[in-house]
This record gives sequence, C-alpha cells and structure tokens, in this order.
Amino acid sequence: MKVLVNTGSSILGFIQEVGRLFLFILKTFKAATSRWYLKNFFLQIISIGYLSLPVVALTSFFTGGALAIQIYYGGNQFNSEVIVSSIVALGITRELGPVLGGIVVAGRVSAAIAAELGTMKVTEQIDALRTLSTDPYEYLVFPRVLAAVISLPILVGFADIIGIMGGWLVGVQSLGFNGTVYLQNTEAFLESGDIISGLIKASVFGFIISIMGSYHGFNSKGGAQGVGRSTMNAVVSSSILILASNYIMTNLLFSS
Amino acid sequence: MIEIKNLNKKFNNNSVLKNLNINIEKGESAVVIGQSGTGKSVMLKCLLGLIKPDSGMIKINNVSILDKNLSYSNKNRIKIGMLFQGGALFDSLPVWKNISFISLQGKVSEKECKINALMTLEKVGLKSNISDLYPSELSGGMQKRVALARAIFSEPDIILFDEPTTGLDPITADVINNLILEKVKDLGATALTITHDMASARTIASKVYMLHDGAIIWGDDVSELEKTDNKFILQFTRGESNGPISHRSN
Ligand SMILES: Nc1ncnc2c1ncn2[C@@H]1O[C@H](COP(=O)(O)OP(=O)(O)O)[C@@H](O)[C@H]1O
Ligand SMILES: [Mg+2]
Repeated sequence: MKVLVNTGSSILGFIQEVGRLFLFILKTFKAATSRWYLKNFFLQIISIGYLSLPVVALTSFFTGGALAIQIYYGGNQFNSEVIVSSIVALGITRELGPVLGGIVVAGRVSAAIAAELGTMKVTEQIDALRTLSTDPYEYLVFPRVLAAVISLPILVGFADIIGIMGGWLVGVQSLGFNGTVYLQNTEAFLESGDIISGLIKASVFGFIISIMGSYHGFNSKGGAQGVGRSTMNAVVSSSILILASNYIMTNLLFSS
Repeated sequence: MIEIKNLNKKFNNNSVLKNLNINIEKGESAVVIGQSGTGKSVMLKCLLGLIKPDSGMIKINNVSILDKNLSYSNKNRIKIGMLFQGGALFDSLPVWKNISFISLQGKVSEKECKINALMTLEKVGLKSNISDLYPSELSGGMQKRVALARAIFSEPDIILFDEPTTGLDPITADVINNLILEKVKDLGATALTITHDMASARTIASKVYMLHDGAIIWGDDVSELEKTDNKFILQFTRGESNGPISHRSN
C-alpha cells in the first residue's frame, strides 16, 4: 500500500513538473512576440556561441581522428580509403558532430545559464526586474534561447569541418592515405541532407540547453546549495533530453 | 495611499497571511514590525504583484491593483519603488546602469540616463566616482545606498523597504535610516517599511504596525510604542523570549 502511495505521488510530482516546464516554454514563446532585447541577445551569442567554439572544435577534432582509426583497424582494410572517409563524414555530420557538440555545450552553457539565473533568483534580482517594469522572460530567457538556437547549428557546422579534418589528418599521417583522394571521397559521399539534418538537430539541442538552463535557474530555491542543485539538474536533464530527442529525430529524419 | 483588505495567502499547507488588513494614509511612513517568517516579505510581494494572493483586495491610491482573478492588473500598474532585503542589485551591470535601469529600457539616451543616475547617486550621499564600479566591488552599506538610489530614481509615490538595515552595522544602519527618512520626505511619498530592527522603526516610522501570525494585531502612532501595555509589543520591543509570541511558531 505504501509503495502504491509513493509511486502515485512521484508520478503526480512528475506530471506537475512537466506542466510547469510546459508553462515556462509557453511564457518564453510569448516573450518572443513582444519586446526584443537585442543587446542581451548579442551578448549571449558571444558567450553561448563564440566562446563555446574551442571546446566544440577540440571535441570534434579528436572524435574524427578516433573514428578514422576505429574504422580502419576494426573493419576490412581492403578499400579502406573509401570506407574510412565516407563513414567519418557521415558519422560526424549526422550524429557525432551534433550530439557530442550538444553534450559539451550542455555542460558549459546550460550550467552557466542555470547558475547565473539561479543566483539572480535567490538574490531577488528577478523580482527586482519585475518591479522595474521589465519582464524577465523577455529580458533574460528569450535572448538566451534565441542565441542558443542560432549558435548551435553554426558551432556544429564548424564541428563538422573540424571533425572531418581530424579524420583526414589521421588518415594521411598514420594510415598512409592520399590526402586529395580522401577529400574527394568525402565530397563524393556527403550529401547536403546529411549536413542539414545535423544542423536541424543542433538547433533543437540549442533550444533544450537554453530552456533547461533557464527553467532550472528560475526555479532555484534557497541559497548557494539550491543554485548548485539547479545547475546540476540543468546539465543532467539537458544531456538526457539531447540524447532522447536525437533518437527521435534520427528516426524521423532517416527512417523514411 | 495603500489599502489592504482581508488578504490571505497560503503556500501548500502553510497559511502565511490570514485576513490581513492595513490602511496607510498618503504621506504616512508606516513601519511593520514582526518576527522573522511571519509573512512581512510576502505582504510586500503581494503589493508588488510578485506573489498572487488567494483572496482579498489591494488598493493603491484608491485603485485596485488586482483584477478579477486576483492577478496583478497591468492596466493599473502604479510606480512603486522597492528596496529589496539584500539590495538585489544586478551584478552584471555597473552602478549607474543599476540606478537608471528603468529609463535605460525606455527611449531615454544613455548619456541622459547616466547624468540622472549621477544626480540620484549624489542624493544618497555617494560620490560619482563609484558609478562605473560593479555591485560586487562595493561594501554592504554602499550597496544598500545604491539600491536606495534605484528605488527612488523614478520618483515614485509609493516606496517599499524590506528590512533596509538587516546585515549592516549600527552606525551604517542609522545612516540608511536617516537617508530613508529624508528621501521619503523629499519625494512626499507614502512609505512602507518592514523590519524587525526597533531602532530602525523608531527612526523611520510615523506609524507602527505589528504583524503576528499572518495578521496585523496592533497599529498606532510611533509614540504609543513606549506607552502601550500590549503584551506582543512589550515582548517584541524588549526582545524577550517569554511571552505571547512563541519562538516556535513558524
Ligand atoms: N515563494 C514562496 N514559496 C513558499 N513559501 C514561501 C514563499 N515565500 C515565503 N514563504 C513562506 O512564507 C513564510 C513567511 O515568509 P516571509 O514573508 O519571507 O517572512 P518575513 O516576515 O521574515 O519576511 C515563511 O514560512 C516562508 O517559508
Ligand atoms: Mg523578509
């Protein structure tokens, strides 16, 4: 009986949380239809997009390189030049670029957003905004969401190029491939759909990262400990949602 | 003028405000005293539209600020200055942008905003050379002054102060109390201060109210504070643990 009650109340709690998140997203969309704080948006483009470039580039570069080695030694080495280049290109653009890029940006950006907005919440700065006739969804949340939705595809675009270059470098330097032929194979295999599907995913991941960061920040309670907890929740929930939504999007984009 | 009638607010099962009534006349400097956790901040947040009450009525200058669903009515938005308990300065903005925040969001030029911010900074006794510093670079007392400057910047009719002296040393607290007194007088504003600091209450108040267990249980001129035989007031002003106010409530 007690087990039933506990399960019941945690299911209810979950539904309540989903409802609150849904309301939060609605308020963010509503903010999009009123005032745009462009300056805040540009500041966020810098901190979410531009400053994430190094981590995304490094992640992608090493992933491309490791992928090339795995395919080469793990597979049939006959005709390997074609196989390695094509699988690296497809793997990076369709899956690894957006997913790993999304995950590292989730660690960096949704944590930063949750910590900043959480601190603003517990020190009553968000209340202060309201008393100064400024809507926090317009001033804080929407600029971050818009910046993330725009930045992530651009970051992943760079990640695609750098990941493929990582594979190319390993291919040429340690697997003895011909550099020109490798790039020709890549170009021949890659279709614009592969790249575009990855960029669409990246945009969705940007939305997830910024919404989860903002939502958990806005719901911070207590002091430093509460902010710490919401930062952790933001990173964990955005990482899981990225992986889950990636699965769904891969199904939608490629199973037809 | 601030008029609150039968205000109720519950958080889950925690009934915080229970039929709270208060009437603050125009130009009055009211101080609400009461134990921590009795709902003083919740009362102010209801006035500011930051918390939605469960039932009741709030009128400011004879206009109801709540609509039929008890949500804050944007149509009847009234200029209210607010000094938050911890200052609540925006730490991403320099001092002058904090002070002039409200007009920076409007159509006023940055230059003009800065000039006005510097003038307001002077009013709270601070030098203009701190205007480009960030809040974290200021002492607690200076932060309170900057927060006070932000609250009076748009010359509101109504100013609310949430524990303006908490966390300050007695000397700085006295400076802040006198500044509040002076600025409220200059603006001819109606002021509502909540505090548990009796020195602060005696300096600022023209009238004192006591909030206990979610309702106003006493209210009179500040001079009556010394004469009353109300057991709650006696216990509170003397700071005793024995009496009708149980320190285990809340
Ligand atoms: N947003 C909130 N959610 C839930 N409970 C709250 C909230 N704000 C205040 N409370 C509760 O209301 C009570 C009164 O709080 P408050 O008004 O801050 O007290 P104080 O008189 O010290 O200012 C406390 O028990 C507090 O836990
Ligand atoms: Mg309080």
